[in-house]
Amino acid sequence: MTPEPCDRCEELLQDYLDRTLTEAEWREAELHLAGCDYCARRYKFEASLRRYVRTSAAERMPPGLMDKLAELRGLDATA
Amino acid sequence: MQPPVTQGYGRPVSETGPDTEARRIAAEERDRVRFEEDALELADQVYRVARRLVGTREEAEDLVQETYARAFRSWKSFTPGTNLRAWLFRILTNLNVDRGRKVQRSPQTQPLEESDYYLANKVASTAGEEALEADEIVERLSQDSIVKALSEIPSQYRDAVVLVDIGDFTYADAAQILDVPIGTVMSRLHRGRRALKQHLAEEAVE
Repeated sequence: MTPEPCDRCEELLQDYLDRTLTEAEWREAELHLAGCDYCARRYKFEASLRRYVRTSAAERMPPGLMDKLAELRGLDATA
Repeated sequence: MQPPVTQGYGRPVSETGPDTEARRIAAEERDRVRFEEDALELADQVYRVARRLVGTREEAEDLVQETYARAFRSWKSFTPGTNLRAWLFRILTNLNVDRGRKVQRSPQTQPLEESDYYLANKVASTAGEEALEADEIVERLSQDSIVKALSEIPSQYRDAVVLVDIGDFTYADAAQILDVPIGTVMSRLHRGRRALKQHLAEEAVE
């Protein structure tokens, strides 16, 4: 049984966003997305979500840590 | 850049005189300083990823300090010209395993496998199909909820998601860092992203 077109498109989502699809799969996804609002919206949502995960999970280094790391310079393997 | 010639990095050279020895020491010192500077430039990125791999800020700070201490001690085992960031993360993830943080922190159980459209479908069913196109809908998920969701997924999956989606490592680098095949990284990554969305869905549809 072949999957429904939207199920197939869903299967390709992660690799599409990771840019790891084969040329043929990529064309298949593009073709479906061009005519399917349902999948197109979900792809767009997923892309925003990934950007959001990246930015919201980013936390700057606490002040002072850089100095502590710099103090470690010159450590000797034999020490 | 390869380690200075035939003499062997850091090992005594065959003595031809005090001059040669002094030059060797000076060259080695330059290499070391350069290594340390290159490594320190990456500290922000190292911290950012470390922070998401462990539970608290204090643990992340400790882990980063241990990583740099070990890196500085074993700098000679780094091959110049290869990926320093991946090398540092290899140390970091090994230390993280050694300290048993992973075991304490999170369940190793497999989450239920939801589909990739799961979160989008949940959002669409409460806020409407068109809402998916607006970025606000993603922003409705608070920063805390993303951080919390990340900490709740099984650590194997989290490592893959954090390295690739936050640390920007390629599959190949993540595989090298975690010492697993690329296929394993990909399956952990896909499962981790799904698990993450499942946790987020609980919050998003409130």
